[in-house]
Amino acid sequence: MTPVLIAIAALLGLAAVFGAVLGFASEKFKVEGDPIVDQIDDLLPQTQCGQCGHPGCRPYAEAIAEGEEHNRCPPGGQDTVDSLTDLLGRDAMTVDDDGAEDAEVNKVAYIREDECIGCTKCIQACPVDAIVGAAKLMHTVIVDECTGCDLCVEPCPVDCIDMLEVKPTLQTWGWNRPAGIGQRPDSRIEVVNL
Amino acid sequence: MTEYVLILISAVLVNNFVLVQFLGLCPFMGVSNKVETAMGMSLATTFVLTLSSVLSYLTWAYILVPFHLEYLRTISFILVIAVAVQFTEMFVKKASPVLYRVLGVFLPLITSNCAVLGVALLNVRQDDATFMSSLTYGFGAALGFSLVLVLFAAMRERIAVADVPEAFRGPSIGLITAGLMSLAFMGFSGLIKL
Repeated sequence: MTPVLIAIAALLGLAAVFGAVLGFASEKFKVEGDPIVDQIDDLLPQTQCGQCGHPGCRPYAEAIAEGEEHNRCPPGGQDTVDSLTDLLGRDAMTVDDDGAEDAEVNKVAYIREDECIGCTKCIQACPVDAIVGAAKLMHTVIVDECTGCDLCVEPCPVDCIDMLEVKPTLQTWGWNRPAGIGQRPDSRIEVVNL
Repeated sequence: MTEYVLILISAVLVNNFVLVQFLGLCPFMGVSNKVETAMGMSLATTFVLTLSSVLSYLTWAYILVPFHLEYLRTISFILVIAVAVQFTEMFVKKASPVLYRVLGVFLPLITSNCAVLGVALLNVRQDDATFMSSLTYGFGAALGFSLVLVLFAAMRERIAVADVPEAFRGPSIGLITAGLMSLAFMGFSGLIKL
């Protein structure tokens, strides 16, 4: 009988000590949170998926409180965006499925050549001379030169220019630069393939 | 001194917890998509593993052994680990909000990391375990975990853009890579005989 009692007493004692330590710690290390952040955090779905570009729901709630747009949460859907709109008194928005990802995607212009009428307007608009062609002849884009700046899309009278996504390959992939002053989403450290 | 160096090398390379003993595979596969998150997870795990290894040794040596309660080791170690993680989270939240944001959701996840319990249990299985040896063992295990997690994450970032056959995309190629890494770590076996 005694060993059982000792075992129970030991575990209870252990649990009591740990409980006391945690209770003490929760008082001692209490953090006065920003109440608005808590309210925003309550509305987020707590999936911690990171699709908003933050490492979890809480950091995103803090970012919203500091002014970031509140429509970057695909798991929450339109309902979450609407309730956040009510809470914050901001303009209504639609949910943005790929906002955070979109900024980092490289794009390149592509001219649908059989629709091109050869007006040369895109050639004049291109700031890096990446479009070749002559009047009344079809134009095309030099992929290596194109910076994906979008400026040629607007002038085209027949809308035959598409911006295509460029998926990174092993040759173009590079490490993200560490966050810091002057960081742009597209700045990457060139990879050297041995 | 040599003894501790040997324990360290043994825990990091020869008996690596992830690739040789196959413990802690869940975070190894789960948080290795990006190097940044892998670093965060490594930091949090290193801290908790070392702390819980020492604490569970103390519980073992000063509570369980004197009362002949060795059979209660699993449940009491789980208790110790849970408390260590909780306390760490509270402390970090108060002491360093920046670090808390980096570690974020990873801290609570460590409670269920089986490598942490594995280290505590393997520690007391050795007859001549001392305070210093369990400290070294826990720290070494954490270093080994961090090493392979960061290596694996770096590889997976590249594999994500590589031309992998459709059927092997995602976790499949990840598991194959982990298997190859495990084979590579087999090369360390026999380096140290403890």
